[in-house]
Amino acid sequence: MTEAKEYVPPVIKAEELDPKFKYKMSKKHGAEKVMVCFQCGTCTADCPIARFSEFYRPRRIARMVQLGLKDRLLLNNALWLCSSCFTCVDHCPQGVEIAGIVRVLRNMAVEDKNLLPLVYKELAANLMKTGFVYEIPESRLQKRVEQGLPPLPKTNLKDVLKIFEVTGSAGLLEKVQTIAKVESK
Amino acid sequence: MSQPKYLLFTGCVIPYRLSSYEISARKVLSKLGVELVEMPEYNCCGYPMDVINHDLMLTLAAKNLCTAEKVGLPIMTLCNGCFCSLNETNKILKEDKKLREKINGYLKEIGMEFKGTIDVKHLIYVLSEDVGYEKIKNAVAKPLSGLRVAQHSGCHVLRPRKYVGRDDPENPTTLKDLIRLTGAECLDYMDETECCGNPIIGVNEDVPFQMAKEKLDHVRSVGAQALITCCPFCHIMFDLNQPRIERAFNEKFNLPILHYPQLLGLAMGFSPEELALNELRVKPTELLNLIK
Ligand code: SF4
Ligand code: SF4
Ligand code: SF4
Ligand code: SF4
Repeated sequence: MTEAKEYVPPVIKAEELDPKFKYKMSKKHGAEKVMVCFQCGTCTADCPIARFSEFYRPRRIARMVQLGLKDRLLLNNALWLCSSCFTCVDHCPQGVEIAGIVRVLRNMAVEDKNLLPLVYKELAANLMKTGFVYEIPESRLQKRVEQGLPPLPKTNLKDVLKIFEVTGSAGLLEKVQTIAKVESK
Repeated sequence: MSQPKYLLFTGCVIPYRLSSYEISARKVLSKLGVELVEMPEYNCCGYPMDVINHDLMLTLAAKNLCTAEKVGLPIMTLCNGCFCSLNETNKILKEDKKLREKINGYLKEIGMEFKGTIDVKHLIYVLSEDVGYEKIKNAVAKPLSGLRVAQHSGCHVLRPRKYVGRDDPENPTTLKDLIRLTGAECLDYMDETECCGNPIIGVNEDVPFQMAKEKLDHVRSVGAQALITCCPFCHIMFDLNQPRIERAFNEKFNLPILHYPQLLGLAMGFSPEELALNELRVKPTELLNLIK
């Protein structure tokens, strides 16, 4: 049995707050409505991840954006626990899209903090190598034909690489430090 | 009415490890008069890249859409994830002129341009809207009466409502109706619309395993003999990972997970071999005895 710990409220220092952060966020596709979140908690109540994680809380993410707690948001690994199921998006009475906000924050974590879970770096590497996020072995391609399936269409890899380059993604991926696993408790 | 014709977008994970879904889908669609054309070339839909860079996801998806526009045919996906990114990108770029200009700026570098001339549909909507329930019903040669199953449509074929807008995400009926056409009973269970957790399994296994275990519990408790899916990722979560979930929770589910076209295919009179049922991790042996 673990003893109940005394509750210590987290202290937020004024210098941690970036008052412009919420405006910056509201300009991003998917995060436009973050300022109208009125903290009803519907998203957290209906979020499947929040049910099983002790600290992943979508409502808190919206509040932290409003307060401008940028670094706390971007450096917190909980950011990577959202499964993008869009339940919060469909249920929010204010039309706030938490899943979109989380995506914007993840993009910022990659760009500003150079952080990315390892699995995505691997998927991206496969994609840049083969056009698919999984490297499909030759034996699989052979088996397709044996099973009567048409050959898998080839990817125009040159164009895929160009897309990584012109969107700035190739450069971002070179710089990132990877996060192996994320705890949920 | 003219015969439906689609470009089949199989994505990455189906050719990688779930040919059973593609094989069974092609079989039933061909018999139902849906003509499938191969993509001249394609790449990952972009879905998993959204976490890295939103523009990257949009441009990768748009590249596939441009390829389909050139052929002049709508896209059909078998995967909820592919449907999510391709459909959402298609709708956003059609509506948002500014964003379209930005993405077209990237596409210009590879000699492409998004015009917004095609649609994207998931298999279950092609079946319900284009083929129609009447035609499917008539194609059922061996009704699966006596079989009791449950469905897991998965979130991305339903949500977000503003981009999908076909079925009711809170009380989805498309897959249920499609199941009932086979003669099988489709049972309701608790939290049917709950996500399986698969998208985060690469960063954390605990949560997805608990989510999937809870779903398997709920499905079992109503007495379902199988769970029917329409997405390779949902399928992997419940079929391929079922032994691991059983070990983690010291449970025994032994619940077969069938791709919807496998169930429909059985009802249409295809043999289990033709539908690649032998490729399932959880063997549907008992279930096949039930419908003999
Ligand atoms: S449901 Fe919407 S308004 Fe309510 S807390 Fe969540 S984001 Fe804010
Ligand atoms: S999209 Fe993310 S935050 Fe929203 S309900 Fe699903 S898991 Fe929770
Ligand atoms: S959703 Fe997944 S399987 Fe489908 S194309 Fe995208 S990355 Fe590949
Ligand atoms: S249930 Fe899981 S795999 Fe299926 S669509 Fe939802 S997130 Fe994707």
